[in-house]
Amino acid sequence: MTFDVARVRADFPILSREVNGHPLVYLDSANTSQKPVQVLDAMRVHNERHNGNVSRSVHTLGTEATSAYEDARGKIAAFIGAATPDEIVFTKNSTEAINLVAHSLGQHLALKPGDEIVISEMEHHSNIVPWQLLCERTGATLRWFGTTEDGRLDLAPLDSLINERTKIVSLVHMSNVLGTINDVSGIIARAHDAGALVMLDCSQSVPHLPVDVQALGADFIAFTGHKMLGPTGIGVLWGRYALLAEMPPFLAGGSMIETVTMGGTTYAAPPARFEAGTPPIAEAVGLGAAVDYLNALGMEAVHQHEQDITAYALKALTDVPGVRLFGPSTPEGRGGTLSFAVDGVHPHDVGQILDALGVEVRVGHHCAKPTCARFGVPAMTRASFYLYTTTDEIDALVQGLDEVKKVFG
Amino acid sequence: MMLDGLYQEIILDHYKHPHGRGLRDPFNGEAHHVNPTCGDEITVRVSASDGSFSDISYDGLGCSISQASASVLHELLQGRTASDAASVHEAFVELMQGRGQVEPDEDVLGDGIAFAGVAKFPARVKCALLPWMAFKDAAARAGVDVSSEVSSEVKA
Repeated sequence: MTFDVARVRADFPILSREVNGHPLVYLDSANTSQKPVQVLDAMRVHNERHNGNVSRSVHTLGTEATSAYEDARGKIAAFIGAATPDEIVFTKNSTEAINLVAHSLGQHLALKPGDEIVISEMEHHSNIVPWQLLCERTGATLRWFGTTEDGRLDLAPLDSLINERTKIVSLVHMSNVLGTINDVSGIIARAHDAGALVMLDCSQSVPHLPVDVQALGADFIAFTGHKMLGPTGIGVLWGRYALLAEMPPFLAGGSMIETVTMGGTTYAAPPARFEAGTPPIAEAVGLGAAVDYLNALGMEAVHQHEQDITAYALKALTDVPGVRLFGPSTPEGRGGTLSFAVDGVHPHDVGQILDALGVEVRVGHHCAKPTCARFGVPAMTRASFYLYTTTDEIDALVQGLDEVKKVFG
Repeated sequence: MMLDGLYQEIILDHYKHPHGRGLRDPFNGEAHHVNPTCGDEITVRVSASDGSFSDISYDGLGCSISQASASVLHELLQGRTASDAASVHEAFVELMQGRGQVEPDEDVLGDGIAFAGVAKFPARVKCALLPWMAFKDAAARAGVDVSSEVSSEVKA
């Protein structure tokens, strides 16, 4: 079956609106994706018919809400090949998932001066700052992989960077700026040989390509609902159950306890141990519906569509004089996130003129200042694609860039 | 196109041919300001003596609005007394915070009136104000007060 992008687009109400008198051309899905009517309906129906708090009510609504919430957990577990739904911890977003691991695993491993944590130069700030803070708290040392000129991880120092002192390796699976899909198998093998645990930031990969945690081989992954057709306010931490079971809580409060006395508390088993307080219930239902939607299309088909769009866009942008692309120049080993510079024009100005034409792109440092610095620019313009992106939209981007050059020529 | 209000010829001209750009010595006050949401940066130096600004120099990285604004600031405030500079500063801040409702006075603001359209684009007001806020801090460090009231909304 060929991928019918027109049929997909019909499910996304927002794609039919206009922006500044032009049809919306939404090229900012790496920032947040749009949501199909199936997700919006699932959340609305949940709130209209089944709203109750989870895991604490005997009444019918509470029971229905609990079952909807846990069904969503099961769907997400199956989507990424988790061994059991108990390996799925709902968080607020990827950032919270990474902070959870930085705190709880850091405490579990009793990190101390002399221990090392390894990240990379192409991380989102959310996979840099939590580790910097963990190093400040424990005296551990932060080290990182550099980035090559064509936007790949520089693996030359792999064996020295990951050594017997390394305790945690945390890397981005797909770069939110360069689009690079990192081949992490060799790094994970090396880390495990050295006795280190591996976390992957899959915020940009889980929404766009088939991800199976068993095949991937990492120990933890983080991703977020709103980049994969779901709502904001919900993210996911997947971790190997045996590890989660050993880790102390992160946030404390209701739902995460086994029993509480004034003298002390024992904690619930995972995932409840890491879900203090009332969780994002309707959001979990929405994320479950998003996973249903992606499964119905098939992640292979989604990925193939984006590969086709990416190949088209790489060629189209390469052909625009004065445009410099960052990151891998061919679709191999990269996803549909393209960052670029327009000669002599600041990204803010590029974004402003494109917006006047209805073309929505992200401009700025993309919460990845070290990546921008690596390529010698303070900011970049980024176009990012998803299952609803068309070649016509790439054409609109290219025409918009002509207008940019006219204004600033 | 509705962008005409934003990208006035005057702004593009200041962006492409900035006045007074480049950091110079001597100076007795300097401030470096960053817009954390977009990464734009500017450093402003002032040389203040006998109650006037004998030199205002700057360097920065940023969009056409922030860089043109620095050029206009230099043109308007270089050589002016502290009290003149304060009233121009106040007029510019008022224009930027006016959501497009303030009629600028060309006698006071000169080329700065071209920024009237920027006030209609809330995301860009901070770009225009970046060099002016850096200038205010640089002047304060040189012992000269050019403060004008800036609402916390814009300052944040």
